[in-house]
Amino acid sequence: MKDAILRTLRFLGLGFLEPVVRLAAGEDSKKNTIEILKKIVAPIASILLFLGVWYTGSKSLFNTEANYTIEKARKEQGQVEADKVKACIESGDLSCQPNTLPSPSQVWASYKLLLKDHNTITADKKAFKLRTAALNEKRVAQGKEPIVYTGRPSFVDQIKTSIKTVFAGFLLALLIATPIGIIIGLSETLRTSFNWLIQILKPVSPVVWLLLVFMIVKTMTKDATGDTSFIISFISVGLCSMWATLVNTAMGVSSVDKDYINVAKVLKLGALQKIFKVILPASLPLIFTGLRITLSVAWMVLIAIELLAQSPGLGSFVWEEFQNGANDSNSKIIVAMFVIGFIGFLLDRIMLTIQKFISFDKNEGI
Amino acid sequence: MGFLVKNGALETKKMETKAILQEKFPSKEVLLDLQNLKKVYPTPNGDYVVLEDLNLQVKKEEFITIIGHSGCGKTTMLSMIAGLNEISDGKISVLGSSIKGPGPDRGVIFQSPSLMPWMTALENVMLGVNQVFPHGTKKEREDICRYYLSKVGLEGAFDKRASELSQGMQQRVGIARAFAIKPKVLLLDEPFGMLDSLTRGELQDVLIEIWNKEKITAVMITHDVDEAIFLSDRVVMMTSGPRAKIGDILPIEFQRPRSRKAVLAHEDYYAYRKHLIDFLEH
Repeated sequence: MKDAILRTLRFLGLGFLEPVVRLAAGEDSKKNTIEILKKIVAPIASILLFLGVWYTGSKSLFNTEANYTIEKARKEQGQVEADKVKACIESGDLSCQPNTLPSPSQVWASYKLLLKDHNTITADKKAFKLRTAALNEKRVAQGKEPIVYTGRPSFVDQIKTSIKTVFAGFLLALLIATPIGIIIGLSETLRTSFNWLIQILKPVSPVVWLLLVFMIVKTMTKDATGDTSFIISFISVGLCSMWATLVNTAMGVSSVDKDYINVAKVLKLGALQKIFKVILPASLPLIFTGLRITLSVAWMVLIAIELLAQSPGLGSFVWEEFQNGANDSNSKIIVAMFVIGFIGFLLDRIMLTIQKFISFDKNEGI
Repeated sequence: MGFLVKNGALETKKMETKAILQEKFPSKEVLLDLQNLKKVYPTPNGDYVVLEDLNLQVKKEEFITIIGHSGCGKTTMLSMIAGLNEISDGKISVLGSSIKGPGPDRGVIFQSPSLMPWMTALENVMLGVNQVFPHGTKKEREDICRYYLSKVGLEGAFDKRASELSQGMQQRVGIARAFAIKPKVLLLDEPFGMLDSLTRGELQDVLIEIWNKEKITAVMITHDVDEAIFLSDRVVMMTSGPRAKIGDILPIEFQRPRSRKAVLAHEDYYAYRKHLIDFLEH
């Protein structure tokens, strides 16, 4: 039982909970208490330290900004006005708060606000669906387009869109880069002849990829009515992020242990058998390392691309909030920052777990 | 004792080894024939000749070992027979027809076990058997693999992944894989070189036991003089490179099947041993 729990925890990357399980099972209490201090208490302390630094920093920025505003009011409009501004800031009235780095509590408040907003919009959507259900049925029967909800997307909707885009892009990268990587890895001639292209295209900025994709997709989808911004952003994400997989796959395939190749030669395995039974399994660890890098790069460039392509998602959320300049905009941006970081971390964990699961070398990757 | 020495006079045989051997096995045909074999590696400072004028005939059902100093070209020669290394000049033929590249008529047991770590022991052996017996049913092919894996003492480990097996057990799978494809020639490149001496002894017994049943013509490289005497019918000594060739051939006259104890106790054992060591220290 205990061992099963430990194995599951380790598999999920939650190995740091191990001493808690061991302590609960009544094992060596002194050693496990020290382990808990090291693996759980110390990280929690680091989180508190981080929050403390953030709080102090935002407080001091807030004061600087507030003093500046008050001084400015005094110089330009006199003491009476300055006192008014000061009183306004101290009262906590949203209309006159200084615009600077928000404190942790403000960010938390914004997070809750965004969730509430999401619930309102979801309820609204549901109500809309109920209202239009009968009408839509009729419209479909008449061969007309059904009416769809066109309200503002909530924060959670934006997250979903972003994840959808990143997966579409990742899938595209996977489908393009792995087969090409394998083919290039197998043939030294191809490798040397296409190396220049890969080396030149690899460092190209996401912005340029976006523009390139835009040029092509814009023309190709002239007659289409669908969502071109989604197409543009996921293709750009795929093109930006596929290089790590391409290079790693080619390297993995070309550097398969010579012993395995010799065995395949001596047994006279056919080309397909050689590729699928020997070369691919042998290069899987490297291919997966490439895919992991690809997914994290995809997530990273996604935000920038959404921001530029005006396609919905976390990137455009951040940009709109910045342009909006409302009182809680800054704290919403910070919420988005944490959500982006957390999802990126989660995606990497998922890839690591899959990699552990299918790779023959169980020690590969950290 | 289960064996005799047919001819005690060792000294006379050393003189004209080839002639005597032809007399001794008049009926047995030459299975593996190396003629004027040459291997040249081009280097920036001109060609480096590893092997030159190398001639060797191996008879059917004969077990020969090759000893020589490190770097003399033994492995080069073996990989040329396996077809993994190009022949610069001369000819290698198996049953009269020259070899073209590698093929399952020449099974190889490599120095490192070279198993696919992501496959089970059975799948590793199956990889070769599938190639050689493509027309058998899956059950028949699996039975062949199970038979050979049992022969090397791996009854309980059919479905273990190769990466979970110890080095010695992996090399057992390597032996089973090589025998299971029923090659005409078995090539062994220092197969026990990476094992500790205890495991090495065990594996020599495993190898010779399965070989006694199958009698597949074998060429084995070794550094171990005792291993060479225990296993082989003839020990081929190679001169040091460059331009290595065959320096001497020593027939080992112990009758088969051999037991290690009896071989070690035999009066000729030390004469054979001295002959080989004298050559190597020369």
